[in-house]
Amino acid sequence: MTTAAGTLTPITPRIADAYLHLVADGDEIGATELVSALLADGVPAQRIIVDLIGGAQRRVGELWAANRWSVAREHAATAVGERALAAVAARTTVHATRGRIALACVDGEWHGLPARMLAELLRLDGWRVDFLGASVPGRHLIVHLHQTGPDAVALSCMLPTRLPRAHAAITACRAAGLPVIAGGPGFGPGGRYAERLGAQAWAATGEEAVIRLATDWPPRNVTDLPLPEDEAFLGDEEYTHLARCRPQLIATAMARLATVYPPAGDYDAAQTESTSEDMGHIADFLAAALYVGEPDIFLDFVTWTTTVLSSRGVPSTALRQGLILIRDQLVDFPAATAMLNAAVRSLPGN
Amino acid sequence: MTAPTPAVVPAPALLTAVFEAASEAMVLCATAGDVVVMANQAARRLLTGARPGRRVAAPLPADGADSFQAEHEGRQLYGMRRSVDDQHYAWFLRDRTESAALEVERSRTAFLAEAGRRLSASLHVRRTVRTTVELAAAHLADAAIVVLPPSRRQSDWTRLLPGLPVEEGTLREPQLGEVPGLVEALGGFPPIPSRWLDPAQAPAWLVPAGFGPVGALLVTPLPGNAEPAGALILARCGAGAAFTGEDEALARVFAARAGAAIAAAVLYREQVDTAAVLQADLLPPELPQPDGFELSGSYQAAGDTMRVGGDFYDVFGPATAGGDTMIALGDVCGTGPEAAVLTGKVRQTLRALGLVQSEPAAMLTVLNEALLQSARQPRFVTMVVGSVRRADHGRVRLELASGGHPAPLVLRADGTVEEVPTSGTLIGVLPRTVVRPATVELAPGELCLLYSDGLTEARGGPSGTEQFGEDRLHHALAECRGMPGAATVDRLRQLVADWVRGGGSDDIAMLAVRAPSRTPLSLRDGGAPTPSPYVVAARRSDRRPRTTRP
Repeated sequence: MTTAAGTLTPITPRIADAYLHLVADGDEIGATELVSALLADGVPAQRIIVDLIGGAQRRVGELWAANRWSVAREHAATAVGERALAAVAARTTVHATRGRIALACVDGEWHGLPARMLAELLRLDGWRVDFLGASVPGRHLIVHLHQTGPDAVALSCMLPTRLPRAHAAITACRAAGLPVIAGGPGFGPGGRYAERLGAQAWAATGEEAVIRLATDWPPRNVTDLPLPEDEAFLGDEEYTHLARCRPQLIATAMARLATVYPPAGDYDAAQTESTSEDMGHIADFLAAALYVGEPDIFLDFVTWTTTVLSSRGVPSTALRQGLILIRDQLVDFPAATAMLNAAVRSLPGN
Repeated sequence: MTAPTPAVVPAPALLTAVFEAASEAMVLCATAGDVVVMANQAARRLLTGARPGRRVAAPLPADGADSFQAEHEGRQLYGMRRSVDDQHYAWFLRDRTESAALEVERSRTAFLAEAGRRLSASLHVRRTVRTTVELAAAHLADAAIVVLPPSRRQSDWTRLLPGLPVEEGTLREPQLGEVPGLVEALGGFPPIPSRWLDPAQAPAWLVPAGFGPVGALLVTPLPGNAEPAGALILARCGAGAAFTGEDEALARVFAARAGAAIAAAVLYREQVDTAAVLQADLLPPELPQPDGFELSGSYQAAGDTMRVGGDFYDVFGPATAGGDTMIALGDVCGTGPEAAVLTGKVRQTLRALGLVQSEPAAMLTVLNEALLQSARQPRFVTMVVGSVRRADHGRVRLELASGGHPAPLVLRADGTVEEVPTSGTLIGVLPRTVVRPATVELAPGELCLLYSDGLTEARGGPSGTEQFGEDRLHHALAECRGMPGAATVDRLRQLVADWVRGGGSDDIAMLAVRAPSRTPLSLRDGGAPTPSPYVVAARRSDRRPRTTRP
């Protein structure tokens, strides 16, 4: 890195605002031109990636969560971010002096921009990077490893619901003798689930990952990283039951919803469908919490959902009823019941 | 009352007999002059020289040590000295030959088990070779070097020296002759015993001077697929170093395993390289970015690492300057490589047809005849063919013809979604086809989506068995109003992936044509906020065909 994290950035609030406006208008050409002009002015590519493109992307997420932007607009903005990043990549060349690294988003993880930003940061730091894209099936990842023989794997995961699949991928990478660095908030606050899933390291941001890989990392050409025997399998019968019975859980909850929450009786097809998706999310986050054995995964999800729902004017009663409807179907499963009870207690109004 | 038991003092002869009969080897010695006084039968068996009157001799230590461990006449002996009285001491001896052998065997087994596990971890040639030198240097010698068979008069080598990381490099073929036994090992000849190889002849480049003189050299072939996969050179440093017969035997067993792993990796690399060449033509093309309209595509093969299947799309640039761009998206019955081969034929036929004929309906008719004549087994295709050209005021005109394929969708600027009214019969089954073409005009910001039925027939959802369906597709597309074409395609792909939750079993292809919006979009207040908060951002995935190198 030419610029360490925390130093003064040449990206002024004015530039950041101008860029956010271009992103908001879906103006790919304008955003690309701005980025090119900054590069021509000698602004380090890392600052453009982290502070300008990454900063705008965080803002976009906030605007969406606050219900000020539609999904379509968020997607259009992300597409502009991708183009701006591609423009940075096209205008910077770095000789690869470090090893080779494979970078992928976990299967089912579609937030690809943060990983793509990391790919560029690593490339600028002298790594030869193979970016495999968003939602990379574990098998594709492993095939790639056998075909190219990289020195390390970086796995990005933004949502904890992907953790069971992340674990499968990490286990397979380590069985192939490759160290894994995990990244993204999906691995929990401070990355505390990353180690449990077998990753050698976790980085909160792209810059952190670059520093960690450049300094404190297993030596190159490591060929042996056996997993401790008790780490190959996670999850228990509660997780298995929940994952297998997901359709019935949701169907039953939906059938009973109108009796405990009368407004649901008047839902139109679209509302019913999105409610049913929400039930699915409850089941998925609960399953992830059971898989990793971390009740906080579920509790954090409920807290976050409460905020998002309240910004959309949905009363917390709806979420409470959803949680209770799922809980009542899981009486024989003490860990799941405890997590659901804790979640209900955490809702506002208790 | 019973009489007290009289104290019995054993006669010396009795004591001697007991001493003689004991199973533990015992040698009673006089301190003065270190002379053997008595040695029982077990001791005489281990130490033939231990006779009364003789001086204590090797392997019994003469330096007053209390214990020893030594090899004597082919046996591993262990002894302990105990003082008996002021003038006598005794050696108690144990034969550890068998437990020592067991120990050696145990560490040998552990080494080979570790080798098996680590060598099987990777199918990548370089990594497998690295693993080989690491294992060899840790268990068999001070330095380990693997030399791969020469290819184009050059040989790759990988070396591990004590205290250094793994090094890699290349040798010119004539240099191979400088290492005793290496040409023979790479030539498929049986291993040459270490004692026949003169370590003094090892060239300086093999083990640099800083590591002391090479005391012993062992060159072992790595057996591969009917020809050597390489050679393993082991070196022990220091004068007097040697490889015993057991060392050589173990090196051969290890070399057999390492050779098999390297050979498998080489075979895999050859297969991958071949597949990549064949696959390159079957994967979706890089889309051109013509002036006047955006093209975006997405292709996902059904859970298959080859990433080819029965769905396809293609774009052919104008045959003449100012001509139309041809687009095609279709679905061959079946999935996997077999279907992919037919899609390759269809795409090639279309490309050739596009040079002489740019009317979609006519192209489908000719394609139908071509397929009927060439197919050995009847295999049908459904597809949409279209021609695209710029019209005035940033508008784009498409002429579309469907052969039994789901009708393309048009996303209008106001968010309504229309089906393009084209229909026709399957391609490649009936001698006569009926095709009803349709013309569509896109205003700036409007988009036309061609898709395969893998999209609408994807099963999943809350119940796990429900189809994604046309209604959901229409609704999802309507939500993409104002989004760039690439973002629209990615969003649909992501929605359907979330719908099937990793269980997708059919190929999905999408191709979108969009008339670019010239002015900043009206997104700012457009698009209804989604009712569900759990939506993840779409992105453009990057899964280009890769070429692989060792």
